[in-house]
Amino acid sequence: MRLPLVGALALSVFMGLGTTVRAEPPGDPTAVKEVDGKWFDAKGDPTYKIQADGAVDWYTFSGYRRYHSECHVCHGPNAEGSTYAPALKNSLKNFDYAEFVGIVIGGRENKQAGNDSVMPAFAENKNAMCYIDDLYIYIRARSTEAVGRGRPEKKAEKPAAFGEAETKCMSAK
Amino acid sequence: MHKLLLSTSVGILALFGAGVANAADELLELQKNPKDWVLPTGDYANLRYSKLKQITTENVAKLAPAWSFSTGVLRGHEGAPLVIGDVMYLHTPFPNIVYALDLNNEGKILWKYEPKQDPSVVPVMCCDTVNRGLAYGDGKIFLAQADTTLVALDAKSGKLVWSVKNGDPSKGATSTAAPHVMKDKVFVGIAGGEFGVRGSITAYHIKDGSLAWRGYSEGPDSEVLLDPEKTTYLGKPVGKDSSLKTWEGDQWQIGGGTTWGWYSYDPELNLVYYGSGNPSTWNPKQRPGDNRWSMTIWARDLDTGVAKWVYQMTPHDEWDYDGINEMILANQTIGGAARKTLVHFDRNGFGYTLDRVTGELLVAEKYDPAVNWASKVDMDKSSPTYGRPLVVSKYSTEQNGEDVNSKGVCPAALGSKDMQPASFSPDTGLFYVPTNHVCMDYEPFRVSYTAGQPYVGATLEMFPPPGDSHMGNFIAWDARVGKIVWSNKEQFSVWSGTVTTSGGLAFYGTLEGYLKAVDVKTGKELYKYKTPSGIIGNVMTYEHKGKQYVAVLSGVGGWAGIGLAAGLSKSNEGLGAVGGYKALSDYTALGGVLTVFSLPDYALPIVAPAN
Repeated sequence: MRLPLVGALALSVFMGLGTTVRAEPPGDPTAVKEVDGKWFDAKGDPTYKIQADGAVDWYTFSGYRRYHSECHVCHGPNAEGSTYAPALKNSLKNFDYAEFVGIVIGGRENKQAGNDSVMPAFAENKNAMCYIDDLYIYIRARSTEAVGRGRPEKKAEKPAAFGEAETKCMSAK
Repeated sequence: MHKLLLSTSVGILALFGAGVANAADELLELQKNPKDWVLPTGDYANLRYSKLKQITTENVAKLAPAWSFSTGVLRGHEGAPLVIGDVMYLHTPFPNIVYALDLNNEGKILWKYEPKQDPSVVPVMCCDTVNRGLAYGDGKIFLAQADTTLVALDAKSGKLVWSVKNGDPSKGATSTAAPHVMKDKVFVGIAGGEFGVRGSITAYHIKDGSLAWRGYSEGPDSEVLLDPEKTTYLGKPVGKDSSLKTWEGDQWQIGGGTTWGWYSYDPELNLVYYGSGNPSTWNPKQRPGDNRWSMTIWARDLDTGVAKWVYQMTPHDEWDYDGINEMILANQTIGGAARKTLVHFDRNGFGYTLDRVTGELLVAEKYDPAVNWASKVDMDKSSPTYGRPLVVSKYSTEQNGEDVNSKGVCPAALGSKDMQPASFSPDTGLFYVPTNHVCMDYEPFRVSYTAGQPYVGATLEMFPPPGDSHMGNFIAWDARVGKIVWSNKEQFSVWSGTVTTSGGLAFYGTLEGYLKAVDVKTGKELYKYKTPSGIIGNVMTYEHKGKQYVAVLSGVGGWAGIGLAAGLSKSNEGLGAVGGYKALSDYTALGGVLTVFSLPDYALPIVAPAN
């Protein structure tokens, strides 16, 4: 498992399910640092990096794919919401990386009259947890419209470090 | 309440009177009465045809809402109410409330049943918390709850008579389909193909809910209920281990093939018909083989469950073309010969006509010209690929492989038609089919299986076919030859079940929320009314106190609500300035209302006074 996941698991112990901790907005998404093809903002949270020619970093692309496998059946295509679950491109404007990870791990329930919704805990789901940063980066890019609807047309090459981490995480017991 | 019910019509007295005969006789008789709507499918044959004819092509323009009822739930509302005598039975999406409404008292609530279910079932319901309705038989109302509990309620009081658990939601198994009563058994399916659930159909004894039999979609012959010598596939015995041989290792245990559609029954043949869904995962590379018997039309003996014949429409699915859509048992004359046929509009875009006695394939043609993933179904009996679709390599996500985006595949994963049932009119000999006109890009990739977690393994984008801006059609189909007779464009997919009537009308609903009536002969639109929310429910009709009513649930949602709510991914591309496609959310919002229509008194046909 990669480091961010370990951190996230520790975090979830504090946050638990259905947390009401006062959320911090994600802050400035500008990428300031790169480690093996993955970009980070000034706070050290994962973020996207779009080149002048429109090419997205690999993690944004990977997040796009995983989002449209794990998340879109509830949250709708392109993180734009559905009749069933909120638009994550909007939700993500209200809380930061740490809370995002906490919600994915622990799940959440929202009760509204006649319209209860329940998000499952994804802690055991490798298809989500091995790509948690990818998902965050993609939705973050959607939340600022840095990436449009649909599949990113151009993308960076898959970093070697990504492939290694993916194999390790997906085959971990 | 008791007194009220007993003081009502003869129909009710017959129903609830002492010494009710066995359920088989009861339902066979009851479904002949066009005043009632006793089965979720209208009748055993799933024709969805009503002999009522007070509302006609002449007067339908005067149709108006008579009354409406809010279900109290804001989710996708699929299915339709039942009407038996003076009582209407209505269901809701999760939490699956059941209402008995008094038709003699403007829909007053006679009783209400609300099950207690663990809300953790909600997130394992792929594509909304829909429920497709109730069944009736033996004085009981049957509800298949989201958490797979099948309950039998006393039709008079709403009191629980018995209940049985059909599956395990913690492993992703849920229930969305209506239960079906046929003869002396209640049949339920299972949903969860996107969670690696192993599909099955289960028959319970109507009296006490004890298990009669369960037939899986894949696995050993003894569990699939196949007879290697007697069960046939395209006229030949399936042979030993016909399912196991088409899976790698034990993948069949998480192989999908779920069973969440509408079932039909031929009492003369004593065969139950239904379809099985997509194999899990959506990544075809991860499950080599034909993946039998996912994507299959089944004909099972009602008493034993043993399959008489099977026909797999989409071997080794590569596009999520679930085979669960309804089987319509119409009798037709084909090539001069009277045949007992089964007609099925598959998600894969082909309209199939089979001989339902033998399983012989008679017709397989595209019912949307946009369909491109296969050139045709091989109809040459001497060909090694007889009965199989001839897949076009360009659109094969298997041949293109993992991590490759296969572009422009038609139809999209939601199919040229999803579960919304079509109808048949014996007056025209045609089928009336609500369709989707949507294509997709599809990219499969590797996923790992975790019980109770999504097991999808592909990403897709949907858009209207090149050159088109509309995403649905309502068509009339001649299943004898496999041709479209007329086709009405709809801006959005038509996601509502239809009903045809002896008044020469076909009714359907649209995702914007319109109830529409068209002339069955020409398709000419004769009436429309915008209900409170988008329609994904099925239109039904009944008669009460001399008046014909048409009822439909509105409440947008389901996969249509998820996929279309914010608009399709590429909707703005290639359509030009005129075709500006708008998101469904620009037209309608969540709802949960039953709207019931009738002719106003002044518009009722004048009936000649009796001498």
